Amino acid sequence: MKPNWAVGIVGYGGYIPRYRIDASEVNRVWKDSNMLAGRSFKAVPGPDEDTATIAIQAARNAMQMAQIPPGELRAIWFGTESKPYAVKPTSTIVADAIGALPHANAADWEFACKPGTEAMHAAIAMVGSGMAPYAMCGGADTAQARPGDILEYNTGAGGASFILGAAGESLAILEASTSYVTNTPDFFRREGQPYPSHGQRFTGKPAYFHHIHAAVSELMNETGTSADDFKYAVFHQPNYQFPVKVAASLGFPKEKVVPFILTSQIGNTYSGAALLGLAKALDQAEAGDRILLASYGSGAGSDAFSFTVTDRIEKIRRRGIPIDVYLKRTRLIDYAMYARYRGKLRLN
Amino acid sequence: MQIAKSWRQQPSNLRLEGTRCTRCDRLEFPAVIRCSACGCTEFEICQLSGKGEVVVATTVFEAARDFGEHVPYSAAIVKLAEGIHLAAMITDVEPRDVYVGMKVEMVTRRIAAQGDKGPILYAYKFAPLLMP
Repeated sequence: MKPNWAVGIVGYGGYIPRYRIDASEVNRVWKDSNMLAGRSFKAVPGPDEDTATIAIQAARNAMQMAQIPPGELRAIWFGTESKPYAVKPTSTIVADAIGALPHANAADWEFACKPGTEAMHAAIAMVGSGMAPYAMCGGADTAQARPGDILEYNTGAGGASFILGAAGESLAILEASTSYVTNTPDFFRREGQPYPSHGQRFTGKPAYFHHIHAAVSELMNETGTSADDFKYAVFHQPNYQFPVKVAASLGFPKEKVVPFILTSQIGNTYSGAALLGLAKALDQAEAGDRILLASYGSGAGSDAFSFTVTDRIEKIRRRGIPIDVYLKRTRLIDYAMYARYRGKLRLN
Repeated sequence: MQIAKSWRQQPSNLRLEGTRCTRCDRLEFPAVIRCSACGCTEFEICQLSGKGEVVVATTVFEAARDFGEHVPYSAAIVKLAEGIHLAAMITDVEPRDVYVGMKVEMVTRRIAAQGDKGPILYAYKFAPLLMP
């Protein structure tokens, strides 16, 4: 797919809370052992943070980079599976905070871990059809996990925001995109339930791997490209192993993929995961680089995008905040503080 | 928390919007309906930079109702680049590490939530300046 008018990214921003918990600390509490193969951390939102505050900061950082009048944003669309309100849009809070209201579309998107790229498709269509000069999309989550569940070892918090605009002012131009969606119940959270359920190994081959492989293969067919044509590839990252394995199946060597897998530093940030990876890739990209983005959302589907970086990137991105700043800003906490901050201790 | 009151305060709470008097140029935050210097009632909306420094700070251990989940927290007077002084919580830093003269910037955070069922109040706090 591609829009009638060429569209690209005119600004982006990410945000990651500063608290971290070591997976071995989770293991100490639930398995009576702090021995884990490889060390990994996950980002934990502070007691005054939630998906809305994460999305607001990511949106502010994107606006700081784009330097566009907020009133020219015609859409502010955030995706999440951890809405602060079950009914009341998070996106209106974000839009209000950046001064983009009232003449704008604002809504929350939901597709497990990939609503942000669904919103990106819509933002591309909105700009590419001439309905809007700019549209903002993004994904943010404070990923839920049942205490002691395997998810609790690496479900993190963070988000990223992208502003789409005309190709002529973009730091990266969309070449094409695809979407591959089926009705696959690999992971879900029922209404009113605080924690999601998952299908263990069923989340792998018929879910994550099948959908990403199909979406990216279709994209490569449409664009006549292969893995060799891409400088970097960013995949949804529920852990370290999945993106490395799906990348290999598509012909990507590790060095094109691993620098943008942030799970060992911040965990799986659900709706923020692939988008934070893309922001990290753009932080180091150079003019002419082609970047693949492939999200995955349970339920299930994958969106794949090909972007080509322009020579405006140096000038534009220096106005923003590199993802590395947030990756390096850390304060380690133990399980007790984590339980307090995440509301796992019910006092009444 | 009164929904109507917090709704009216959203421009100040979320965007640090103040008012500048069109007659005497006095800048005020939060926004006012009558200039406290000259009494004029005509203003332009002014969005403050959100950058400033800590003038004085203390640590709160016994919080007012609605703020209990944040204790201990740092409460400070922050002087913004525009010269405005305002009271705010300091976040993303341990209270013992907050100092007079610390460079800070505005962030939007969850201030109060009335348990699981009430409206959530989002408003400004200040955090150490991320990138000087």
